[in-house]
Amino acid sequence: MSDPTAVTPKSHVAHEIHHEELGFWRKYVFSTDHKVIGIQYAVTGLLFLLFGFSLMMLMRWQLAYPGAALPLIGQLLGEARMPGGTMLPEFYNELGAMHGTIMVFLGVVPLAVGGFGNFVLPLQIGAPDMAFPKINMVSYWCLFLGGITMLGSFLVPGGAAQSGWTSYAPLSVIAGTGQTWWLIGMIFLITSSLLGALNFITTTIQLRAKGLTFMRFPFFCWAQFVTAFLLLLAFPPLEAAGVMQLMDRVAGTSFFLPSGLVVSGQALTNAGGGNPLLWQHLFWFLAHPEVYVLILPAFGIVAEIIANNTRKPLWGYRSMVYSLVFLGFMSFIVWAHHMFMTGMGTAMAAFFQTTTMIISIPSVVILTALIISLWGGSIRFNTPMLFATAFLPMFGIGGLTGLPLGLNIADIPLHDTYYVIAHFHYVVAPGTIFGLMAGIYYWYPKATGRKMNETLGKIHFWGTFICMNVVFMPMFIIGMAGVSRRLFDAGTAYNFAQPTMHWNAVSSWGAWTMALFQIPFIVNFFWSIRNGATVGENPWQATTIEWSAPSPPPHGNFHGSPEAYRGPYEYSVPGAATDFVPQYEA
Amino acid sequence: MTSDHATSMTGDHAVDIDRHVRVYITVFVALMVLTIVTVAVSRFHLPVPIAVTVALLVAIIKGSLVACYFMHLISEKKLIYAVLALTAFFFVALLALPIVTVSDGYWIH
Amino acid sequence: MDIPYTVEVRRDTGLTNGKIGIWLFLASEVMLFGALFASYILIRTGAPSWPRGDTILDVPLATFNTIVLISSSVTMVMAWASLMRRRFGTYRIYMGATILLGLVFLVVKYFEYGHHLRLGEFPSSNNFLAIYFTLTGLHMLHVFGGMVVNAYFWGPGAKLWKTNPVWFTNRVEHSGLFWHFVDLVWIFLFPTLYLL
Repeated sequence: MSDPTAVTPKSHVAHEIHHEELGFWRKYVFSTDHKVIGIQYAVTGLLFLLFGFSLMMLMRWQLAYPGAALPLIGQLLGEARMPGGTMLPEFYNELGAMHGTIMVFLGVVPLAVGGFGNFVLPLQIGAPDMAFPKINMVSYWCLFLGGITMLGSFLVPGGAAQSGWTSYAPLSVIAGTGQTWWLIGMIFLITSSLLGALNFITTTIQLRAKGLTFMRFPFFCWAQFVTAFLLLLAFPPLEAAGVMQLMDRVAGTSFFLPSGLVVSGQALTNAGGGNPLLWQHLFWFLAHPEVYVLILPAFGIVAEIIANNTRKPLWGYRSMVYSLVFLGFMSFIVWAHHMFMTGMGTAMAAFFQTTTMIISIPSVVILTALIISLWGGSIRFNTPMLFATAFLPMFGIGGLTGLPLGLNIADIPLHDTYYVIAHFHYVVAPGTIFGLMAGIYYWYPKATGRKMNETLGKIHFWGTFICMNVVFMPMFIIGMAGVSRRLFDAGTAYNFAQPTMHWNAVSSWGAWTMALFQIPFIVNFFWSIRNGATVGENPWQATTIEWSAPSPPPHGNFHGSPEAYRGPYEYSVPGAATDFVPQYEA
Repeated sequence: MTSDHATSMTGDHAVDIDRHVRVYITVFVALMVLTIVTVAVSRFHLPVPIAVTVALLVAIIKGSLVACYFMHLISEKKLIYAVLALTAFFFVALLALPIVTVSDGYWIH
Repeated sequence: MDIPYTVEVRRDTGLTNGKIGIWLFLASEVMLFGALFASYILIRTGAPSWPRGDTILDVPLATFNTIVLISSSVTMVMAWASLMRRRFGTYRIYMGATILLGLVFLVVKYFEYGHHLRLGEFPSSNNFLAIYFTLTGLHMLHVFGGMVVNAYFWGPGAKLWKTNPVWFTNRVEHSGLFWHFVDLVWIFLFPTLYLL
């Protein structure tokens, strides 16, 4: 990949930047250039997605064939976790908790926000970099440290965290050392997100190009902007909760430990008087907005790609923007729909049910607008567009299946079942991750100066798309039959689970096949760096400002300061010479 | 209070700063007085709801003085007000909703 | 490469990047301490009994500390005002006073904590002490962090005054905003824990 930090000869002559060539470490490792940092985040995120996926593939063996020995790999994982190649329940729980944690906090968020946000946002608003480049660099290294901590936790006695990604008290408080590492890791990750968020917000407001008013922003910028607010204001309560759980575990406090707790026949000697629900409230105060952090960047990416590949402006841009802002705001007051089964009374249940139903409206508006945007378009089904288009029905399924969960009565039989797992995986896996894949194929040429291979891309897409549905659709069936999530034996012990047990094997084979279909992607990703078709500034004939910079952009991004002269999606303008009029052209 | 151009020292003249300094001293005295007031009131061991209300009120006044005058919030820009208003809303939700949720349904047990 | 609006304000917002950045950071801190206050409310209302602050904690000492912190807020804003008046020497004195007062606060807390621990009053003893140590402990960390930043601007960071006085003044202002916030949190912490 050519050097994104090389100095452009004409940049910023007003202030003499004495750019002595930075050494290797300052240029590629401790860089303050948003593009390098973005790539660092993206690569880290992708690696963790792969690792988190691998954890799940292990779990899927146990779910498909409960109690069976896993050939080869079983032996490799050692007697402590897989005696004789069969999975211990503790190991299953370790895999489950870490799969969730890694996918959400080390996979999707770093890729969607740290990767795409950092790389694309300054380019799209015509800025030379982020407002605070050094803080940007620090935020990446906080993520890195958090990742190392989480990985390291697998090696401590007792293994990694095993109390779900939700770390509910009191189980998490009495759990082994791995949980302490989880808490410390989370503190690093939260710090990373907070620093990143304030950078994104400041940059978006202050460093946008001349003429780039908020209502001329590409939808991607709006999505990252709202996401940053969610991260900024929702994460701190989890940080506080993390500190309190650390106090409970390390200093013997009882914030979350109720009085009279008995573990394995032994009464605990702590002071008691704590409230496990306190943990849940603080956790979900973050974790609900967090799920919007997971989806919003994907909305943004999909919007860009749809506009570009339909050669039409987005339908309902204004309503999409208002919906986005409203969604962000509402996301802070729905969280207890994750707690309907904790004994709350009807008044508060009604409150949270109502806010939850209300929040579904802006989601529907955005999805509908994206769908209508396809109507009458001259659609180019390149790989980014395939992923972006598939996102729509997949997110539709995910979103619609969330509705019964948000209604407190309907939630009663569905809470903590596989139905929930199916719902949220539909939104995050063939939802967000498809958006992120689309984004990789779309912006790869900007970052590297080369296009990824289309054939490999299409194989990647079709295989993944089919497998995603094979994996997750059966889980609705299993869940509606009443099978709980987080069951080590997939429900073997329960009579009512027997009729749907066979679906587990279906999901597992779907997952393992999906892994195979990621190979074309991984190969393509690396192969295309040197062998992909070279491109100029604007290989997709797009209208937004990042496409006016060289591919890849130099340090400082643009020759001179870009200016925005019109809206972001002036495609197929009647009377224009070409089917697109870029935002940045006078 | 922020400077308006890159090269000049500040938009404010020395006279303005003098005025601000007088405000700072006044606020300092007010804060000292209010501190003594809040400690003195606490000696009366009022019933908890009243004690909480009084203590909170005094704290809010003291806090507002620090925010408005030391932190210059009284003459800040709209954007900062908007961010803080948003934060205040979520702060109140965070303080109120958990306790209301935990109390609601308490009677059913 | 120069990032615009680091030193000069952007016309439509009237703000520099740093000013927005520090306020955003403070907004996140409001949520952090907010969560702890929410926890305090939940724990206290759920407890069968709750000791009045002055029965366990040293109110006169904490009152002294409150006065110390408020004074340090005044010296902090005076430090910034001195820079605005281009009086670097006076700035140094006020900033130094701020750091010293912060140190006094920390030393008092050290003695306060030590006293409790010697009496066997640990965070694990009961929830009152748990939330007391956690809230004041986190606050203390913020005092320490603020002091480190202030010390930087008193010492090595003060070089910037010579090359870019406006930027330096702004950075001191932003550091001051953090310091005032730390004072603000204490203004609520003190009555909550000690007087109620």
